[in-house]
Amino acid sequence: MAERSSLKVEVVSPERVLFSGEARQVITRTLDGGEIAFLPGHTTFLGALVENHTRIYLADGKVQDVAVHGGFVDVAPDHVTILSDSAELAENIDVARARAAQERAQEAMRGEHDATVEGALRRAHARLAAAGGSSNSGGSAH
Amino acid sequence: MAGGQERILRSRIRSVQATKKITRAMELIAGSRIVKAQQRVTAAVPYSERITEVVKDLAAGGAGSSSAFLKARPEIRTACYVAITADRGLCGGYNSGILRATEGEVKADVLASKDYVVVPVGRKAENYFKFRSYKTSRSFTGFSDAPKYEDAKAIGQFVVDLYLRGEVDRVELVYTRFVSSGRQEVVRRPLVPLERDVIAGGDGKSASGGNYEFEPDPELILQTLLPRYVEARIYAALLNAAASEHAFRQRAMKSATDNAEELIKNLSRIMNRARQDSITTEIMEIVSGAEALGSDDKDDVVREMASN
Repeated sequence: MAERSSLKVEVVSPERVLFSGEARQVITRTLDGGEIAFLPGHTTFLGALVENHTRIYLADGKVQDVAVHGGFVDVAPDHVTILSDSAELAENIDVARARAAQERAQEAMRGEHDATVEGALRRAHARLAAAGGSSNSGGSAH
Repeated sequence: MAGGQERILRSRIRSVQATKKITRAMELIAGSRIVKAQQRVTAAVPYSERITEVVKDLAAGGAGSSSAFLKARPEIRTACYVAITADRGLCGGYNSGILRATEGEVKADVLASKDYVVVPVGRKAENYFKFRSYKTSRSFTGFSDAPKYEDAKAIGQFVVDLYLRGEVDRVELVYTRFVSSGRQEVVRRPLVPLERDVIAGGDGKSASGGNYEFEPDPELILQTLLPRYVEARIYAALLNAAASEHAFRQRAMKSATDNAEELIKNLSRIMNRARQDSITTEIMEIVSGAEALGSDDKDDVVREMASN
């Protein structure tokens, strides 16, 4: 199994396959598990994801950033599949809108603490992290 | 009098022609939308396939024995039917097929002295069931042409909530499955609780790597996963229904256009005959009038009329 040098990665939303390609490594964040990285040959794994900034290190050296707003990850030695209700590739994210949403959510958070606002804030964080590139990694999602 | 009939026919032909233009346009629009709707159906397949696989893998990992989604209730007192129709008419037997199937189920339940509730999706279902005062719940309308995942999510959350609160013991989808652009069929599929064979045989890809690792534990994953699974099923049903709606509409509008053509042909035939009749009658009147006036110049008049 260790012979394998790449993973087949797919990011699938209900509407379509968002991304599909070969990668060397995938980093995402699971529900109460923190960040987790998958390399080729990883054992079969199934996890629930939180809103996060997922990084896919492609076989050609580039990094594909994805904002994943919850979902699941299904891992086998040779493939990683991310299933998400709503995921956005970094290049499709409207930074200005995400920033506005973040400010709105932060404003609302000052007043009352409810789950929808918190979710909105986390989504905005994930979006900004993904759009901002790897310098501002998923650690800021909290 | 004869001229009057001709005028009436002429205006009828004009109105049929106008209708034909409309039905032809609707046919072409529906035709182009089928392709798009079909693409969306295929684009949604990977997600629902993968999520089914994951559910199976989880079940193989030992989760789900206690999940409310998977356990059929011992007694079905209230059934819930999600009837998916169009928002608009003019699509042949599309809506009535769904309505008839749903109504049949409801009547069978009533005969068996069970309770039911209908969740109408699409304006046609809403109007039909409300007008006949069936027991309906919230209805979902305004997206039958091109459903979005959010629409499926709203319906999913609503029915899952109904089920978990114990208000209904079973949820079924009634929709039109898109087999090909030539064939669609009304189907009734159980939605919640999930059938055993959906989760049975859970090897999928796990056979390659042996045991699964889970994070967090399998039960927790399943808890968040199953509602998504239900939503994916509803989404697939909505997309199928939309594609079927366009196919039905295209067929209905094609036959309407053909009909209009036929009608125009017949009407113009009748109109031409009427016009010829009125001309003949006119000539006859003139001839007999000339005859009555005198026999001297009769031939001249006839010759003059005939040359016209």
